[in-house]
Amino acid sequence: MTLRRIELLLALLGAGALVLAAMTTPWLKFVLTIALAKGIAVLGIMLLLRAGQVSFGHALYVALGAYAVAFLAPVLPDAALLLPAAALTTAVVGTLIGLFVSRYREIFFGMLNLALSMVFYSMLEKFYHYTKGTDGIRVPPLTVAGLELDRVTHEWTIFGIALALALGFGAFARVYLASPMGQALTAIKTRETRLDFMGVSARSVLLAAYVLSATMAGCAGALIAMATRHVTPLLSYWTASGELVFIAILGGAGGVLGPFLGAVTYELVRVYAAATVADMWQMILGAVLLLVILFARGGIWGLLALRLQRRGAA
Amino acid sequence: MTALLEARGLRLAFGGVKAADGIDLAVMRAEFLAIIGPNGAGKTTFINMVTGYLRPQGGTITYEGAEITGRRPREIVRRGIARSFQLPQLFSEHTVEENAALAIAARQGIWSPFVPLLRPAWRDEARELLDRFGLLPLATRRADALNEGTRKLADIAMAVALKPRLLLMDEPTSGVSASEKMAVVETLARVLREAGVTAVFVEHDMDVVARFADRVAVWSQGRIVALGPPAQILADPVVQREVIGIERHA
Repeated sequence: MTLRRIELLLALLGAGALVLAAMTTPWLKFVLTIALAKGIAVLGIMLLLRAGQVSFGHALYVALGAYAVAFLAPVLPDAALLLPAAALTTAVVGTLIGLFVSRYREIFFGMLNLALSMVFYSMLEKFYHYTKGTDGIRVPPLTVAGLELDRVTHEWTIFGIALALALGFGAFARVYLASPMGQALTAIKTRETRLDFMGVSARSVLLAAYVLSATMAGCAGALIAMATRHVTPLLSYWTASGELVFIAILGGAGGVLGPFLGAVTYELVRVYAAATVADMWQMILGAVLLLVILFARGGIWGLLALRLQRRGAA
Repeated sequence: MTALLEARGLRLAFGGVKAADGIDLAVMRAEFLAIIGPNGAGKTTFINMVTGYLRPQGGTITYEGAEITGRRPREIVRRGIARSFQLPQLFSEHTVEENAALAIAARQGIWSPFVPLLRPAWRDEARELLDRFGLLPLATRRADALNEGTRKLADIAMAVALKPRLLLMDEPTSGVSASEKMAVVETLARVLREAGVTAVFVEHDMDVVARFADRVAVWSQGRIVALGPPAQILADPVVQREVIGIERHA
């Protein structure tokens, strides 16, 4: 069986395991919903990593998607409408910003994204009249496709939507990365000049990936807003962007499962570390990242893929 | 024969160094034109100006009757001009086959996110191309695992995958071992002649020039100092002393 097939099988098994975990431990449902949402955002970051570009500001789009839900919920109180609205908003803003940042590479790309996310953070914090500043905005109870749901059913529904989106975006990213568009991302990393001499605009290739990644982050933000029902400017703070990059390194950028493995691991380590050693959970996460960088450059997925390949070769 | 490419009065200087000092050159359809000259004479600069990597400070470049001076590389390649590089510019994390397939995909302009790069039609075309270059046995090997000579061939194969009408090659045989050089150029010349491609190539090996060029242009200090058939140019005592002599000791 090829690694691609195994990846597909693992995705389905992983989805089943998440449902089982949410059924047997109900409080985990919320944690896993957030993990899936962050996994979707990190999947977008992974597309940019394929081109060798690290965005230190993608929390901007997570926050934008979340605030789109918060602002629109009073007039459009249905998750089935808010999710596409958040995706559209972030796609449009992602295109406008992408037209600018796709001209830059490496540290300039990363820092420009960071700067823009901090500008957005400041706007959310300062324009209190519209954004309620650091207090944030409460999201009213939402219907799903016109149905009013009780709290537990609502939680299950948002979890289900997050899982379906994770599977959908994961499947799309797999197809995208195997296409010339996706392969050209790796070409940007290794020999961008050659692309130009083949008649391909590297900037357009990167822009397409950037808009996709912004849209994915926007959907993640929308899911977070629906799950937490409260949005604050902290969603756009630089540490939130750093968290996404952290998850990308932890999970590994070699396959579409990496972001989700990283996100679930990150959220579980964080929850259990915070519960057992409340003052030291950041230290534990830091130690985990250090171990990954020193001993598993390909992240969790890299380790898993290597083991599977060795088993296949044996 | 009619001119496919015409350069008129091309000028470009880097600081005080004149890399192009009034270059006038017409490249005829279906010919193989060799460019020879000492290092720093402006040979690569000429290729860089024609392919849009450098913008000349003066003069014009006309291709198939249309002026292309200063246009961007990707506009120029879409008009039918491709190039290979002195240092092979391969996508190192891709296999040889994927490198060729990316060039084919680029030529066809099909950038659908739902079509795999190695879809059967592109894979077949890539393999057929690699076969013509004798690279088929290495099709699934990563580009960064190839030796220099093979990388050079793969680099040219990628340019040929774009189906150009004019191909500019910067030192196509450098890095190729002496024992393989003639076989490599033989293969290359056959592929290009079959495809009816006009070729301009910068070359330091005079045996290769004598055997494969239809005409030779001699570059020196940003100028063309001699132009004509290889037998005439290579026998010229001035060229032998000023250019070939230098190159033999280079």
